[in-house]
Amino acid sequence: MIQNKYLISRRITQIAVLFLFFSGNAFGWNLLRGNLSSAKVLNLIPLSDPFAVIQSFSAGAAIAGDALLGAIVITAIYAAAGGRIFCSWVCPVNMVTDLANRIRSILKLDSSEQVRGISRGVRYWVLALSIVLSIILGVGAFEWISPIGALHRGIVYGIGAGWAFVLVVFLFDLFVMKHGFCGHVCPLGGFYSIIGRFGFLRIWYEHEKCTLCQKCVDICPEKQVLHMVGKESAPVLSGECINCGRCIEVCDVNAVRFGNIYKKDIVTI
Amino acid sequence: MGKRKDPHETRMPERRDFLAKTLKSLGLAATGGLVWAGYITEGRSAPFVLRPPGALAERQFLASCIKCGMCVEACPYDALELAKPEDDTPIGTPYFVPRTTPCYMCRDIPCVPACPTGSLDKSLVSEKDNAGELILNINLAKMGLAVIDRDTCIAYAGIQCDACYRACPLIDRAITVEYTRIERTGKHAMLAPVVHSDICTGCGLCENACVTRKASIFILPREIAMGESSERYVKGWDARDEERLKDTTGEVTTETPRSGRSPIDYLNEDIQ
Repeated sequence: MIQNKYLISRRITQIAVLFLFFSGNAFGWNLLRGNLSSAKVLNLIPLSDPFAVIQSFSAGAAIAGDALLGAIVITAIYAAAGGRIFCSWVCPVNMVTDLANRIRSILKLDSSEQVRGISRGVRYWVLALSIVLSIILGVGAFEWISPIGALHRGIVYGIGAGWAFVLVVFLFDLFVMKHGFCGHVCPLGGFYSIIGRFGFLRIWYEHEKCTLCQKCVDICPEKQVLHMVGKESAPVLSGECINCGRCIEVCDVNAVRFGNIYKKDIVTI
Repeated sequence: MGKRKDPHETRMPERRDFLAKTLKSLGLAATGGLVWAGYITEGRSAPFVLRPPGALAERQFLASCIKCGMCVEACPYDALELAKPEDDTPIGTPYFVPRTTPCYMCRDIPCVPACPTGSLDKSLVSEKDNAGELILNINLAKMGLAVIDRDTCIAYAGIQCDACYRACPLIDRAITVEYTRIERTGKHAMLAPVVHSDICTGCGLCENACVTRKASIFILPREIAMGESSERYVKGWDARDEERLKDTTGEVTTETPRSGRSPIDYLNEDIQ
């Protein structure tokens, strides 16, 4: 078994998606065109960011056709898959914040987390605020400032000063708060937490095998979802779990693994 | 919360906590929301931007454009770009700069059907054929309007230049050349380009072709370049101008503080 197989596959997936978007614009490949806001697969299947479409609706736009259909397709995919798979397997900002977190642990900056922590629920406030501001201002409010948009759009169509948006996130996660952006603030993460709440793919924890080493909790970017560790065998039911599989990779006794929402061990990769 | 002993704190710490937390969250949301809204409002108020053909009115366009870049990819001339943060244009939205690359007015308008949100609206660049089907017609596009600076245009100085006129895809309709005698010399003709706003699509081929250092014919958004007269002033000899009366009730009234009184009062009010 390869150590960190999920981490490696996630990076491959994230980079592959960006590369396919890039090649769609640069070389005219048809596999994936557009960007993470809206795209087309093989010039046939529309995909759209459902949160962006909701903001457009809130702003008073009559969105129909491909964007609406694409939003339904994406919602269905992530709702069925479960958890925030978008965040850990697709979103390019995940690579930025993971890097910040890595440097953070090398520089041993972690102790300040407790002092300056804000609630994990802030993302839902930002989500609500995105909708309210979209209604008031008549534009997609989060899309206007989104570092996610700045990054994926920038990679496909030229980033310009968009790197500044990404740098803000990087510095925020590095110096201000551990897992600050993806784990606390990002409304898109909040949106997918709600969407992915009832999906299929789950992390399962087995109390009987667990040695209480806490490695899984230490590595987890959304620690609150692992509240059952050391207490009882259970699946991670919270939609805030990003299904990154880091807990599985660090567990020495296979007490954590991917399963489906009903039964552990159904997924064996 | 401080460590100070407060008699209420021992009695109802949860309620205090809850109130403090709620207040804190509301304060944070308000602060964040105001900064956020301010940033958007600032960026949104940049109307000097030329959109692809078939774009909705700017406000509607900003509401519905999802910033996916499908129009950018569809453009065979790479005229379109998605705005970067430093571009003085709402971030991520498509625009073109005619002096760099104009719109070449493709007959099949590939950028318009590529739009997934309808921000580029096919119906704005189509006309009905005899069977009632919508047929794309790029000549109906209204991306902007060419405006001429007569002081710097060398044709208006009497030099023979018809670069913009020759470049215009709707030559002799969107730009015509008007011949006038140059009084200064008494024996030369001036060949002056004139833009017709009802035909001009704002493609920018003229701006791109202009030979002066900074283009003397340039595209402005139509809302900026054009005025608007009320229904009172209709050119009765122009059938198209009469169409403006279609949705009016026929009663155009102007209310002023004096409207209630008789005109005679007005004429006599200064006479004691």
